[in-house]
Amino acid sequence: MNKQMTGIGASSKRREDVRFLTGKGQYTDDINRHGQLYAHFVRSEVAHGKITKLDASAAAAAPGVAHVFTSKDFEGVGGVPCGWLITDKNGEPMKEPKHPILAEGKVRHVGDPIAVVVAETLAQARDAAELIDLEIEELPAVIDMREALKGGVAVHDEAPDNLCYDWEFVAENKAAVDEAIARAAHVTTLELVNNRLVANPMEPRCAIGEYDRAGDQHTLYTTSQNPHVIRLLMGAFVLGIPEHKLRVVAPDVGGGFGTKIYHYAEEAFVTFAAKKLNKPVKWTASRSEAFMSDAQGRDHVTKVELALDADNNFTALRCLTHANMGAYLSTFAPCIPTWLHGTLLAGNYRTPLIFTNVKAVFTNTVPVDAYRGAGRPEATYQLERVIDKAARELGVSPIALRKQNFIKPDQFPYQTPVAVVYDTGDYDATMDKVVEMADLAGFDARKAEAKSRGKLRGLGFAHYIEACGIAPSSLVGALGARAGLYEAATVRVNPTGSVSVFTGSHSHGQGHETTFAQVVSDMLGIPEDQIDIVHGDTNRVPFGMGTYGSRSLAVGGSAIVKSVEKIVSKARKIAAHLLEASEADITFEDGQFKVAGTDRAKAFGEIALAAYVPHQYPIEEIEPGLEETSFYDPKNFTYPSGGYACEVEVDPETGVVKVCAFHAADDFGNLVNPMIVEGQIHGGVAQGIGQAMLEHCTFDADGQPQAGSYMDYAMPRAADMPMVNIDSSCVTPCTHNPLGVKGCGEAGAIGSPPAFVNAVIDALAERGVTHIDMPLTPQAVWKAIHGASAVAAE
Amino acid sequence: MYAFDYVKPASVADAVKALSAEDAQPISGGQTLIPTLKQRLGQPSALVDLTKIADLVGIEAGSDSVLVKGATTHAAVAAHEGVMQAIPGLAKLAAHIGDPQVRNRGTIGGSVANNDPAACYPAAVLGLGATVLTDRREIAADDYFQGMFTTALEEGEIVTGVRFPIPEKSAYAKFVQPASRFALTGVYAAKLKGGVRVAVTGASESGVFRWAEAEAALASNWSPEAVETLAAPAADGMIGDIHGAPDYRAHLVKVMTKRAVAAA
Ligand SMILES: Cc1cc2nc3c(=O)[nH]c(=O)nc-3n(C[C@H](O)[C@H](O)[C@H](O)COP(=O)(O)OP(=O)(O)OC[C@H]3O[C@@H](n4cnc5c(N)ncnc54)[C@H](O)[C@@H]3O)c2cc1C
Repeated sequence: MNKQMTGIGASSKRREDVRFLTGKGQYTDDINRHGQLYAHFVRSEVAHGKITKLDASAAAAAPGVAHVFTSKDFEGVGGVPCGWLITDKNGEPMKEPKHPILAEGKVRHVGDPIAVVVAETLAQARDAAELIDLEIEELPAVIDMREALKGGVAVHDEAPDNLCYDWEFVAENKAAVDEAIARAAHVTTLELVNNRLVANPMEPRCAIGEYDRAGDQHTLYTTSQNPHVIRLLMGAFVLGIPEHKLRVVAPDVGGGFGTKIYHYAEEAFVTFAAKKLNKPVKWTASRSEAFMSDAQGRDHVTKVELALDADNNFTALRCLTHANMGAYLSTFAPCIPTWLHGTLLAGNYRTPLIFTNVKAVFTNTVPVDAYRGAGRPEATYQLERVIDKAARELGVSPIALRKQNFIKPDQFPYQTPVAVVYDTGDYDATMDKVVEMADLAGFDARKAEAKSRGKLRGLGFAHYIEACGIAPSSLVGALGARAGLYEAATVRVNPTGSVSVFTGSHSHGQGHETTFAQVVSDMLGIPEDQIDIVHGDTNRVPFGMGTYGSRSLAVGGSAIVKSVEKIVSKARKIAAHLLEASEADITFEDGQFKVAGTDRAKAFGEIALAAYVPHQYPIEEIEPGLEETSFYDPKNFTYPSGGYACEVEVDPETGVVKVCAFHAADDFGNLVNPMIVEGQIHGGVAQGIGQAMLEHCTFDADGQPQAGSYMDYAMPRAADMPMVNIDSSCVTPCTHNPLGVKGCGEAGAIGSPPAFVNAVIDALAERGVTHIDMPLTPQAVWKAIHGASAVAAE
Repeated sequence: MYAFDYVKPASVADAVKALSAEDAQPISGGQTLIPTLKQRLGQPSALVDLTKIADLVGIEAGSDSVLVKGATTHAAVAAHEGVMQAIPGLAKLAAHIGDPQVRNRGTIGGSVANNDPAACYPAAVLGLGATVLTDRREIAADDYFQGMFTTALEEGEIVTGVRFPIPEKSAYAKFVQPASRFALTGVYAAKLKGGVRVAVTGASESGVFRWAEAEAALASNWSPEAVETLAAPAADGMIGDIHGAPDYRAHLVKVMTKRAVAAA
């Protein structure tokens, strides 16, 4: 790896932190437009019901109120669209019921918006909202997925049994998988839950709509990971505003984790209302609103079966999953449990036959969509749990069982039975590395010492693979995506040689402004501080697809590389002209164009100036200026992988689990900024441990959230986290993108839950415990140990 | 939040007078009250701020008791030399309420007036057999707590302080609710001149209570082992929620009692 002080491979300090740490970040809520009005959403307090009365006349007459909006105002306006079509096992399209901006006659989850009061102040809007005469006839709520499928009560009339789709993959393998399982020497079965999570970015969502009547121009400021996607979805499918009349700005965004990918009703609302009222309209979510209106994550219930032959080789895998969609289809919801999940079920292993059936179910709960990892954590969790369980049943080492079944380095590229082709990897290397980091040899002594203190100590391992850098457009198009998934970048060399990069990869915590500048600096041989990274405004950057799925460096970075390559190629021509040499003789190194074998040279800045002041210039052959745009469409996904180890201590008296150590050995391909990569692992592991130990978004039988605020929804705190021991020295560069990079944003959240749960089960094995569903709260662990009969009260 | 008047009396008498107005309410640290108001769950006509009344702030550590005045913050109790010397268990309890922001604003008067079933102070007040002082009388702890969010306080009555007897030994063992970090179950165990008291918070649907069996067992043998031999209290009547079913809470009562005795 390149160990120089700047450019690729350097741990350059994050330039964005200056503004973030000094309170100078400019978030959506920091923006206030002249004369703006404030929107307050009236949301359903029941999970399912018919609106029998909605009279807003008193509210409309209240002080300061500009208008009270109900679904009547949105006649002729589209619903919130879904961006991915899944075709079910019978070739039928998924059920795609309308998701109206405001409830049309029926509410379907607690938090479903019914009306919006827009007033001069937020207090006036809230006061007026209390004057709305609203009556709802409550209907029985559909909460449990398996109950939902029995029908009787339908969330949507279009889906009487609440089934959105019934998907099989790989359908042709179904019979062979059934047979392999029937014939297997050993089958390990595990039923498990991948618990529902609330994403909880630090910054709640916010949106401001503005309309310029003179120019017929709409502007939406919003907390988004992908402003162009919002412009496309909202402009084309909801409000019918063409691109040239709609600007979407996503300024600093305080964390997304997936939940700020989607197009939300509130964005369309403020855009629509701003035109109707001819004033800017602002909405900022309260934390309580975030809990009931941000798309949530995970929520799978799965039965997984792993078949092994007499030599412990994996012969088949069968996964039957129920995936909760919530009350409406969020933008990418249908693809998460299918194409981002089913295609990862090979994991790091040579399992020849895989079949999965996924039933996506509507319930009277908040919509579910991608959350850090999206589908891949669910795949990894079930695989890495069932493998651990198999090892225990067979009395073999879980490490050895994994290694025996790993795809070996000489087998790449590797065609899995679940469609994808892994380009490269070395799973033995990361597994060996993490075993070494975890000091497996010393574990027995640590366990004995813990026992002397009355504690049960466990060590758990997991090995993950993920597919990042979504994705080849033709492939995802064939799988139902209603968009391409390339990325765009314009690199503008300014006349004096500084560079502005305009990227579609939005940055909301990932540090792109630093990393991307390092790449450009490395390629052009100019200092990082000469390079500005611009993102987040559809009027400034070319049409890009945004940030999610750990795609920004692999796809967005590649687009930047392509543009810089075009810049260098043009600059070389200009240099050849100025140096009166043939282009073939020009070398470019450390920012200098040289005539090979001579001391004649031109600095990059001189070429830039020549391009913009083309006095002595081959104007017949080359245009002036130095600016290039590229759209990079990846050839394949990238496949980061890694071995994780977690060591825990359980207090058997209370069920409290303490995470004593956590080790991560990842292969992310080449690293551009190792410090930022470490930060991504820290954050991912914290979220993964949060899921595995603490976080649980549940609803009671009536659909009321049981953890609707931080009083009940447990986020991981610093004290819950161990120091995370990180190693990224195992490198098999990606073979198909120019930087050889793979992506690191989600790995921590994917690999850590199974490592943690395997560790707790290892600790409790002596008490006969074989499985506990996440989150492994003290109560859940205590019950598993003591087999207590009581069930949690409502 | 709805609009309200803000009143800043300089004396307890003025505060009592201000509170006689219809729907006027005292505010101390605001750590419970302000979130409630922000959610529009209350609509007081006026908030009467107790924290600017000199007589209500401070700690007096005597030879056989410690007086914590009503508007004294948790942080002040946690850091007070005299409290640390006389009743270290009380100082430690205060040091583990909420987070630094909460401890720097929240007060003992607000806590015992509110009597949240998961709050920490009620366990210490009942466990030490303290006396709650008000603008008009003194109330023994055993008479003061009357169930979840319910106390002996009358309309407009102000907690001016709590007088804690100094025990031979005492400690608080808190099992935190994973999200809020209030007590899922907390036990204050004290060995006093007059006998042993064990008070439990967080667990019961009737609010803070004394665990009589543990008190009896500990009176003859003050040791964790004495608790070990007891059956956990009945699960019936314990709080059940997503964090702890009644049987888990009942079990924790026993575990936390043992730990409190061990720590004392
Ligand atoms: C994040 C968070 C975590 C917390 N964690 C814990 C914890 O772990 N353990 C714990 O015990 N508590 C916890 N608390 C509560 C905290 O201790 C509060 O300080 C306490 O509950 C109320 O005290 P206050 O001074 O803020 O009262 P306020 O909020 O000002 O008032 C509370 C109520 O008491 C009334 N009142 C206030 N003072 C008096 C008085 N002197 N006389 C009569 N009535 C009065 C008010 O009118 C109001 O009804 C937490 C609070 C928060 C916000």
